Amino acid sequence: MVKASLKKLFKERGEFLETIPHIHALGVDLKEFGPKGVILRLPYREDLVADPEDGLFSGGAISAFLDNCCGYAVSARTDRERMFATLDLRIDYMKPAKVGEDVFAFAECYKITRRIAFVRGIAYQDSRDEPIANATATFMFTGSSHADSRENL
Amino acid sequence: MAVVVPLKEMKDKGDFSNLHEVVPYAGFLGLSLKQEGDEFLTTMHYSDMLIGNVKLPALHGGTLSALLEMTSLFQVACEFEPDVMPKIVTITVDYMRSGAAKDTFAVAKATRVGRRVVNMRATAWQDSRDKPIAMANVNFLLG
Repeated sequence: MVKASLKKLFKERGEFLETIPHIHALGVDLKEFGPKGVILRLPYREDLVADPEDGLFSGGAISAFLDNCCGYAVSARTDRERMFATLDLRIDYMKPAKVGEDVFAFAECYKITRRIAFVRGIAYQDSRDEPIANATATFMFTGSSHADSRENL
Repeated sequence: MAVVVPLKEMKDKGDFSNLHEVVPYAGFLGLSLKQEGDEFLTTMHYSDMLIGNVKLPALHGGTLSALLEMTSLFQVACEFEPDVMPKIVTITVDYMRSGAAKDTFAVAKATRVGRRVVNMRATAWQDSRDKPIAMANVNFLLG
């Protein structure tokens, strides 16, 4: 059944997320996964803060989180084994995240060509209509083999 | 934000060993800072938790954007000594080479300093400074 296979895919992708060392270290988990977009959650942590006095999430942590979410949106539209590397990433910071609360990221891959995937993403807390940060990213496919790397292109 | 005060104190003493206490996220990423002439060189010391692709292995792209952003922030704070923490508005990162499982270095330079906005250009490298693995434009709002 389609529903059962979607559930299996969600479980697989959620588990795969934990195998990415940096994402595991950030404590990120998967909330939604599909070709129309993915949602990840970044739990609030005091060691991800830039200034203990205000307790705000560091911009760096938000950008690493958005980078990963955008990559996950590409993998939701491609064969699981297909490898890609981030080509560029732009993040606009609109407002600080509320202290002590989790941050979510939504990203969708809105266009795929033979070599490039185009993605947009948003980091938010209460609602996607009140973004903390906006991301635009492009990814380049690096071939199907894990032996490939950016250096070999 | 008050982090600019302890950063300035560390700079005046020439000792950034307290960086992780002042900026917890710098501790999380494993950053250290030292002054070399006008530049504040940031090092992201390798640890396994920085990896994004286990099979290559390669650093997670997000760690590089975070490094470039923090390097720019340190440079602004130490070079211009603003009273309040500069606020990041935009970062645009180009990834040029995959990051290997080793230490990464970064510096940032102001390309324009206005009353309200500072535009920074940050570069990260591993083997050689003329072979950057990622570069970023970072814009900060002062005050």
